[in-house]
Amino acid sequence: MSRFKKGGKREMPGITSSSLSDIVFMLLFFFMVTTQMRETENKVKVVTPEASEVVKLDRKDLNCYINIGSPTLMYQAQYGNEPRIQLNDSFRTTDDIRDFIAAERDSKSEKDRSLMTVSIRADQDVRMGIVTDVKQELRRCSALKISYTARKPAK
Amino acid sequence: MGSNFGLSRQLPPMPTPDQEKQDQQINRRNLIQVRINSSDKIYAGGDAIDISMLKDKVKDFLTNPTNDPNLSEKEVKEIEGYSKGTYAVSKGVISLQNDRGTSYRAYIAVQNELVKAVNEIRDDFSMREYGKKYLQLEEDQQKVVKACIPQLISEAEPKDVGARRK
Repeated sequence: MSRFKKGGKREMPGITSSSLSDIVFMLLFFFMVTTQMRETENKVKVVTPEASEVVKLDRKDLNCYINIGSPTLMYQAQYGNEPRIQLNDSFRTTDDIRDFIAAERDSKSEKDRSLMTVSIRADQDVRMGIVTDVKQELRRCSALKISYTARKPAK
Repeated sequence: MGSNFGLSRQLPPMPTPDQEKQDQQINRRNLIQVRINSSDKIYAGGDAIDISMLKDKVKDFLTNPTNDPNLSEKEVKEIEGYSKGTYAVSKGVISLQNDRGTSYRAYIAVQNELVKAVNEIRDDFSMREYGKKYLQLEEDQQKVVKACIPQLISEAEPKDVGARRK
């Protein structure tokens, strides 16, 4: 089997770098395509509960989001870990919901205003007290179309 | 992040002071009360019940196959676009009550069961009438089904039921 024996030292061939750009571009495009911009930073931890009967909300631009949950680790020193409400980018209280809804209504076009849906994204471990407060406030602002954000259970 | 799935609900408008007494008009037998207390125990129609039983109980209440006088009434209504013209629509309303101490997880689980009950009744009806599941029907057929089997879930005014758990 002398055929397989390699005799003496062999030079390592140099690695061709011609395919390097291909790989880099491929990765670049891959991430460009798959990345979604996060619209707002999450300051509260929200793990939505599971529900099997969820329906997809078809028009994303008509939604506005109210996040309810305990502040993330970063903010716990400042805000504690009691569940709080996050509107857009900051911690708010139920009193601010009125202004928030008014601002959201203004940002939609005239004919879409009645279709606006408020998505309540609450953590599964929050108590209903805070959610009820939010709901009552929404009723006062007559933002009556709501949706409880939930995720499909893994099969 | 991009999760856009949810359970849609319509909130009742805030009652004006002179309007408060009106919503008592629903007949007692047409109302099933589903209560969740602060330790996430579920009561339907007065009895403690497990969540796995809730769907069937609600389905029974709404369809009332044996015409039990304790379950919901039916009213024969004309349905637009329905081939048989009229259908005995159930007058049953589900009233959902929760406590401030109820966990959101339990609340959504119950909401989900209620929606599932209605969806299953709709599916049964669609299979009988059109031989297809509700979601696979044409839009105007869905409208008919919706009119025949309305989803009436009322979220009652908040009330403190039992002791609050911190």
